[in-house]
Amino acid sequence: MFAELNSILNSSPESFKQGEFILVSDRQTDASFLIHHFLSFYLRGCKVCFLGLVQSFSHYSAVSQRLGVSLNQAREKGQLVFLEGLKESLGVLLQGDTSNGTPALDFLRDPSSGLRGLYDFVHGNIRGSEGRAEDWGPPVLMVDDLSVVLSLGVSVGAVLDFSHYCRATFCSELQGTMVILVRCEAEEEEEESDEGSERLQRGLTHQCSLTLQVQGLPTGYCRDIHGEVEVCWRGRCDGLQIQRKLFQYKVCDKGTLFFARGTSSAVL
Amino acid sequence: PATTATEVSVGKSTGDRLSCNTTSFQKKSRSKLVSIPGTRPSVQNGQLIVSTGVTSLDYVIGGGLAVGTLLLIEEDRYDSYSRMLLKYFLAEGVVCGHELYVASAQDHPSDIIQELPSPILDDIASPKPVESQTKPCDPEGPDTMSIAWRYQNLPKVQTALASSSRFGHYYDVSKTMDPEICQAARCHGFYLPEHSATVSPMPEAYVALLKNLQEVIHREGFDGSLPQTKSRNVLRIGLHSLGSALWGDDLCCRDNPSHGHALTTLLYGLRALLRSSLSVALVTVPSHLIQNKALMGRITRLCDTAVALESFRGSERETNPLYKDYHGLLNVCQVPHLNCLVCDLPDNKDLAFKLKRKQFTIERLHLPPDLSETVSRVSHGGLAGAAMLGSSGCGSAGNKHLDF
Repeated sequence: MFAELNSILNSSPESFKQGEFILVSDRQTDASFLIHHFLSFYLRGCKVCFLGLVQSFSHYSAVSQRLGVSLNQAREKGQLVFLEGLKESLGVLLQGDTSNGTPALDFLRDPSSGLRGLYDFVHGNIRGSEGRAEDWGPPVLMVDDLSVVLSLGVSVGAVLDFSHYCRATFCSELQGTMVILVRCEAEEEEEESDEGSERLQRGLTHQCSLTLQVQGLPTGYCRDIHGEVEVCWRGRCDGLQIQRKLFQYKVCDKGTLFFARGTSSAVL
Repeated sequence: PATTATEVSVGKSTGDRLSCNTTSFQKKSRSKLVSIPGTRPSVQNGQLIVSTGVTSLDYVIGGGLAVGTLLLIEEDRYDSYSRMLLKYFLAEGVVCGHELYVASAQDHPSDIIQELPSPILDDIASPKPVESQTKPCDPEGPDTMSIAWRYQNLPKVQTALASSSRFGHYYDVSKTMDPEICQAARCHGFYLPEHSATVSPMPEAYVALLKNLQEVIHREGFDGSLPQTKSRNVLRIGLHSLGSALWGDDLCCRDNPSHGHALTTLLYGLRALLRSSLSVALVTVPSHLIQNKALMGRITRLCDTAVALESFRGSERETNPLYKDYHGLLNVCQVPHLNCLVCDLPDNKDLAFKLKRKQFTIERLHLPPDLSETVSRVSHGGLAGAAMLGSSGCGSAGNKHLDF
């Protein structure tokens, strides 16, 4: 959990806004440090369903250890439901049409079928503990990262359907939170803006309530400033209110420093 | 204790530990550390790393290649230097005693193994890894030592390949590796023409490769499936020119490939395999043929470390005096940070490489000092121009028309 980011977002583990859909996106850089932040943030008191599609459980566990949260304990207590995409995927990819693997990763077998299986998995894991839901507070869904399913053949429309269903369940119905990471590759100025991950990012930006867009410095590579984060609050009740803030950041071993543009300790 | 990118559990069973301890003090578990020859824990985050075979490449990607990760090499135009890097990678595996897995659609894996460069060792080593055998051609061994007599009875320095514990070796590319050394290494090959009889719809070649790889990993126990008595080893996987037309893929031929996600699915499956076994992979991809930059971006995201080579051969830069010391440019596109938030980022991203007979060097690209008033830097292309702008105070190297 990064203290500076908490103050930027005006939230703390004790009091944060309900029903938020937070979209973390990056362009030619790596925004996964924000996922680690949100994971350790929400594990302070909520039940979290984490779809780890690109890294192993031990990776998140090792980083969270440094941030002060034990994922193993959370998983044993039932506070954390972790889907290890990599581990489950091998069975589906290699066995082909036998239906032994988790139905959650059915899209690997047949990409045109969409992410219905994944949604059922998520839905089942949150609903399943309905009786004990009061123990943990509002449920949280985290996905790292959603754009990898585009590389596995799923269409943008199917992914947007998935996020819409999840938003209806988590944010509107259960007043929980959703945090999704998408990664874009193309430069924004290119004409190829019809590319899959761009469309996905635009579609999700339309659905969400808070975006954090991470990209590299426009002036080039710098060792002391790793990039910029643009935080954008999209007003919900009065749709015209959109508030933006821009920060630069530097990722350290046990946290991340956020500072206003030009105020990095390397510069001052 | 050091962590690995994989989840294979290694270490002594508790029974062993209890029986040999007379005190309750237990040394901080070095025993949990997998001690495989040719690997060492990284100084940055304790991960188990292996050498890529090129010591300067190891330095540039953060010390070495972490076990359980994938290194992507974007090929240069004629696939000469990327092929060289693949051979260095495999040669390092032979020297360290790792097992090899080579897959290619173009050359037979055994041909690739025979062409590996020969390692440069300190003394003349005998290929037979028997430690008790005295070296016949040891040039400095006196019969009795008169000054250092205390060392008389100690064993001589081991130079046999079997006990090579150095991290990173040097190779002589003008000679090929001794066939006896090659044969000592266990090698599994996947030659595409032998596996697929028909020109099948595209994904099958990749599925066949993934299945074969998983079979080998499982059979040889790299994923922890064999009992603990077998000593641990690392599998080095070299996949040559994935995505090229020879694999049945049309990524390089068309702007809108018909199976755009076949290679990316393979890379995803490969990542799953690597994370769950003691193996490390090097993949070369002819990225200069792939028109779709976003697709190349996705391929890079699915790999852990990514390095792009651009050789000067055949381009106008070959005769450019700025680049006369080098054979090409090297770009580190991506460095992973596994099990930690941040990795050690390099100082400088302008790197160039040169393949010398005994070393593949990677250096920071820099301009030679401007020593003369009349030196004219003829600028070919944008890079030279940008480099000139970056150099400090070279006022005379500019426009000749400005004459004060």
